Amino acid sequence: MASHRDLPAGFADNMFLNTGSSSFIEFVGSYAPDLLPGRRPALARAVGDEVPHATTIVAATCAGGVVMAGDRRSTSGNMISQRDIEKVFRTDDYSCMGIAGTASTGLEMAKLYRVELEHYEKREGRTLSVEGKANRLATMIRDNLPMAMQGLAVVPLFAAYDPDAAHGRIFGYDVAGGPYEHHGYNAIGSGSIFAKGSLKKLYRPDASPEDMALTCIQALYDAADDDSATGGPDVARRIWPVVAVITADGFHRLPDEEVEGHVRTMLDARMTAPDGPTAPLR
Amino acid sequence: MSMPFGYVPAEQQMRDKADYARKGIARGRSSVVLQYEDGIVFVAHNASRALHKISEIYDRIGFAAVGRYNEFEALRLGGIRYADINGYTYGRGDVTARGLANLYAQNLGMIFTESIKPYEVEIVVAEVGDSAEEDQIYRLTFDGSVQDEHGMVAMGGQADAVATRLKEGYREGMALTEALRVGVTALTEPGGEAPPTSQLEVAVLDRNRPHRRFLRLTGARLEGLLAESAPAAPAEKPAEGGKTPPLESPGPDAPTAPDGDIDTGQGD
Repeated sequence: MASHRDLPAGFADNMFLNTGSSSFIEFVGSYAPDLLPGRRPALARAVGDEVPHATTIVAATCAGGVVMAGDRRSTSGNMISQRDIEKVFRTDDYSCMGIAGTASTGLEMAKLYRVELEHYEKREGRTLSVEGKANRLATMIRDNLPMAMQGLAVVPLFAAYDPDAAHGRIFGYDVAGGPYEHHGYNAIGSGSIFAKGSLKKLYRPDASPEDMALTCIQALYDAADDDSATGGPDVARRIWPVVAVITADGFHRLPDEEVEGHVRTMLDARMTAPDGPTAPLR
Repeated sequence: MSMPFGYVPAEQQMRDKADYARKGIARGRSSVVLQYEDGIVFVAHNASRALHKISEIYDRIGFAAVGRYNEFEALRLGGIRYADINGYTYGRGDVTARGLANLYAQNLGMIFTESIKPYEVEIVVAEVGDSAEEDQIYRLTFDGSVQDEHGMVAMGGQADAVATRLKEGYREGMALTEALRVGVTALTEPGGEAPPTSQLEVAVLDRNRPHRRFLRLTGARLEGLLAESAPAAPAEKPAEGGKTPPLESPGPDAPTAPDGDIDTGQGD
């Protein structure tokens, strides 16, 4: 049982009052380390396809912001373990992250990261810079490296609106950390190769957020077309991709009706051109 | 058997400590916390725009304090840790003002009995609910006693006088501008000048906001609200039936507070 459960309401050993750093993770690390994803005892053997994996996430900058979208499928080997999982998370008012890899660890990490950003903001009375946020996430991913080596890898994609530069920014990671800033667009997960190929042809740097949302939906469709672990839009069940837009007005997750509109536009066009829009040759 | 040299009876010790704490608190400025139609508003007379007396603790929970800055700041930071770890371990809805008030009460009580110098602080922990009936306001004093307040509370330097003025102006279901006026009037001595806007620290817990209900009101927006609420202007009735839209955050690069003088919590 975690040590904090044994404490009478809390201050007995001055834990809450010993006000060291503004990092929630550092605090949890000393207070209840078993709550952190990366600090658990090594597994007897590596985990493979038994645990659900989250798949494709795409992100692209647009005029005055950034768009992130994720499909809704998670898979365990050849099984679809969930068809309506959400993999794009609001982490604070001006940033979000998407996860690919082990779904459970990813969810936990997104939850922890949100608290980490909020904790800093409340304690310091200011928000972290975009670099600060991206670096913090890199440390978390690096802490998870031992687990990643045992098969529980998580690779996030981080997108934020940078108020100083007044545009959106995208950061990628690998299992050992990062961050790698990507200009324009990036994708992660099993379908990322196809999604990136699609984005390469459809990306326009100054597209409006609405157009870029459609572009991302197109890219996810192309990923689902060629990757069995990426889910396409489920028209019968009305399960649509999660699309988030971050601009100077803050984080905004598009309502299902709006995403449905984009998806139907795309599907209508694909009825005549199944491979989607074509880019001009010259 | 004679008493050992230097013996002080427990009653005397407690009395001395309480007097000491009260004196410390009385030197500082006052703060008020009151309900309005969309939540809870905090108004503090604070010469510093950098050192806050009002702060966010969690999604629905706010914190206000008067007294010695370093002491209530330690309590604030501890409270944030308590809230964040509980919200992370269990669920975000499981963090309550009552739990936090208990934590503060235990610790203030322990500090009061065990250390030579008690904390010279008074704090309010407020939680905004989905309706006005579910709002909770707890007031904690230096010795760890907790009072469950209804509608409004005043604390700090001239708490009694401020509370009287607050009671006179307060009514249930006020609009934000009216609640602000009542709060500022309560912080103003009769016949005296109201604290200038630059010395007012104001924040709300707005039940209609998504995610985090806490919002600081600063700069032009605060001035606008105060101008609207000026006693000369007729108090406008909010439109019946329609809910007022939630207050929007000022933007990513808006500073949470401009820099300014440091308030030591010891008055002028």
